[in-house]
Amino acid sequence: MLGRIQVPALVKKGEPFEVRVLVQHPMETGFRRDMNGRAIPMNVVDKLKVSLAGREVFSAEMGSGMSANPYLQFYAVANEAGEIVVEWSDDKGETGRATAKVVVARSPS
Amino acid sequence: MVGGVEYQSADVKALEADAFANPGMLWVAQGERLWNQAAASGPACASCHGDAAKSMKGVAASYPKFDATLGRVVNLEGRIDACVRTNQKGSGLVPESPERLGLSAYVAYQSRGMPIVVTIDGPAKPTFDRGAALHKLRIGQMNLACTHCHDGHAGKTLLNETVSQGQPDGWPAYRLEWQSLASLQRRLRACFYGVRAEQPPFDSDDLVALELFLAHRAKGLNMSAPGVRR
Repeated sequence: MLGRIQVPALVKKGEPFEVRVLVQHPMETGFRRDMNGRAIPMNVVDKLKVSLAGREVFSAEMGSGMSANPYLQFYAVANEAGEIVVEWSDDKGETGRATAKVVVARSPS
Repeated sequence: MVGGVEYQSADVKALEADAFANPGMLWVAQGERLWNQAAASGPACASCHGDAAKSMKGVAASYPKFDATLGRVVNLEGRIDACVRTNQKGSGLVPESPERLGLSAYVAYQSRGMPIVVTIDGPAKPTFDRGAALHKLRIGQMNLACTHCHDGHAGKTLLNETVSQGQPDGWPAYRLEWQSLASLQRRLRACFYGVRAEQPPFDSDDLVALELFLAHRAKGLNMSAPGVRR
């Protein structure tokens, strides 16, 4: 599964910065039927976790109310440079992962 | 000439302009991966065509185009499909499959901002004439031709939807209603459904002819794939 995570090119130490996550997923609600009338089983990204330099900064449990290809946006604070990692899994047990580098600007002093 | 996105709400316009949040970019990323990955029975796209940012720049803006080897006019998806069959010795790309949408979106993305210019004379002439005639042909239970809505009533509303000029500049586009990237042919088929006419199959001569006519009609517009539409 494909996903993307984006952070600003340079973040300031201790100041909140915007993190954006986009995951490619059909987010089947379980209420739809296929061309032959059979119910399509529910399959949504139910767990999503974002960690920065090994520490969890954001997590979400999503349900069938989310649109396909969910887009999430939140703020995080970094004190040192590190890798920001988003990991998710869906009802079928498939997992995905995307990473980005967080670069912290040196303080002006 | 007014591009399709101009008829969308401010939210949708902003989503299309945002290179990260635009969901169509997921397919572009997928296409980039496929471009560089060797096929099961042949070389990767990149082995022959190299860096798509250079070799595919402006290519999508000239399609549909007459292909001498195939002896007919093909659209971008059809040309990629032919390349997969002959050079990668694959079994072809199924219409609207993630592979076909990914590769066509990736190639179309390399032409972003470039003017749409197609050739309609020479061997492409019969196809163009067919497309121009189809654009004016009344079809379906509604007894409407493309031109009645998209030339005569563009900008007016149809229930809560604004009728666009029916321009192909943003396709393949992410359609919010379908929650997926979709080819121009899928969009055209939806229009056939809308006027309650029989839908031509994917890759049929009728749809390719219409695509060629629309590309010629879009003269002066720039490519903006992957677009976002409601």
